Amino acid sequence: MTARFRVAFAGPHVTVQDGGRPGLMRFGVPASGAMDRKALAIANLAAGNPPGAAVIEVSRGGLVLDCIEGAAGFAVAGGGFVVQAGGRRLASWQTGGIAAGEQLAIRPGHWGSWCCLAFAGGLEAPEWLGARATHGPSGLGGGRLAAGQVLQLSSPRAVEPRRLPCPVWARPRQLISVVMGPQDRFFSAEAQADFLHQPFTVTEAGDRMGLRLSGPALPPEGALAIPSEPVMRGSVQVSGDGVATVLLADHQTTGGYPKIATLLDDDTDGLAQTRPGDPLRFQAVTPEAAVALARTRAAAVGRYLAALQARPAEPLSP
Amino acid sequence: MWPRFRPVAERGLLIEFADQIGDAAHDAVLRLDRALADAPFPGFAEAVPAMVNLLVTFDPLVTDHRAAEAHLRGLLGRGTAGAAGALREVLVCYDDDLAPDLPEVAARTGLTAEAVIAAHLAGDFRVFMYGFAPGYAYLAGLPPELRLDRKPAPRRGVAAGSVIIAGGQCLVTTLTMPTGWWIIGRSPTAILTGDAARPFLFDVGDRVRFRRITRAEYGAAP
Repeated sequence: MTARFRVAFAGPHVTVQDGGRPGLMRFGVPASGAMDRKALAIANLAAGNPPGAAVIEVSRGGLVLDCIEGAAGFAVAGGGFVVQAGGRRLASWQTGGIAAGEQLAIRPGHWGSWCCLAFAGGLEAPEWLGARATHGPSGLGGGRLAAGQVLQLSSPRAVEPRRLPCPVWARPRQLISVVMGPQDRFFSAEAQADFLHQPFTVTEAGDRMGLRLSGPALPPEGALAIPSEPVMRGSVQVSGDGVATVLLADHQTTGGYPKIATLLDDDTDGLAQTRPGDPLRFQAVTPEAAVALARTRAAAVGRYLAALQARPAEPLSP
Repeated sequence: MWPRFRPVAERGLLIEFADQIGDAAHDAVLRLDRALADAPFPGFAEAVPAMVNLLVTFDPLVTDHRAAEAHLRGLLGRGTAGAAGALREVLVCYDDDLAPDLPEVAARTGLTAEAVIAAHLAGDFRVFMYGFAPGYAYLAGLPPELRLDRKPAPRRGVAAGSVIIAGGQCLVTTLTMPTGWWIIGRSPTAILTGDAARPFLFDVGDRVRFRRITRAEYGAAP
């Protein structure tokens, strides 16, 4: 048995994503994968899939699918999107089902920028270098969704409908933890203080590669000739005119702009869920404190995921 | 005091061997990269070699900066200095329509187009690093007489396989992308090989020679 869907509408940046393809930065390939990896794991586990399985990552552009054959259970998590299945309004974080002749629509809601739609059973999509994650700039991997395209599930299953709790750590994060550097030495004490004590704002110039911020100018000093060097998801690179950009899932793997600071990995997901106009502040932690913070946060996420898997499905009242 | 170890967030170290590009620094990067591949530490995630530094990432749930730095310091000086990488051959056709910037490169360098081609073919290139986009390998070793700053404005939609030069470097593009580098030829040699066992033609540190092919050979390449 299979299930098939036709894409009735897909906004920009709606792609197939999974846990990504780590380990290939040395060949110019970023890991890519879901912008909000906790939402990815939650949607997949709720749908009975492995946590890093391929999903459809829906941007603020939204997605409408027509189920044209079969039936399938699914889960949505990430952001506060408006979800409708077969004419029924669902919660933003919920499991549900969809059958031939019905429509599944995911549109931007009150908050958040990225929603993971996980179908129960394998989503068929092209693999590139061992993963179905789409590398946005090239389109390689599972690919961008486009109207008219048909998607297929190889082994769809039903999923008992239930609401999924949205934990506080899955909300957009506006206080961002960083470790300063590795090129903070190219910034004056004043610029470093501005970075940590002045507010920034998320701009419209953002995609899966990075997010440009507006805020105090952070003019680098004498850094215009630094050799191109590795950058990563979470690098805060500052161009010659003093504008900061945070690199995200589809980042370039090297860059010649100085990096004033680097986000904790977990904060890149929270940052990705902000929207243009949202205020941001950065707080510096030491490398030792950053490791401790990462461990505390990973434990909290681990407890949530374990509870999600242990809890029997709770049918929703009609 | 080199090398310098700089923490990168909660999950990495940037090990810097110099602040200016040079063969000695790059050799040191590759030496540590190879030594680490032979003797990884618990929690090691990924190493990314670049011009003068090596990024090493790790799982902060397993290890931390101090333990990673101690391990890496123990590897310094190990491995073979200047170990030669494999020699890779890249085919290139310099015909007019595949080399739109060749006339201007000739004009700016004061050479004939054939002399530009001869100089490029004489280049003994080395894969310095990958960056920018998947499979974009920066090849150092462009002969001095061909060194030009980038173009004032990038050209859009430059075809995959374009052989482009700027500064002291050469690169064979793998995607259709804008570039401000000078386009002097086109190659049918796939850097993204499509071979799952060896998906990228070069390893960092490999040597590269270009071999000229005719338009007919370019058209006949798979």
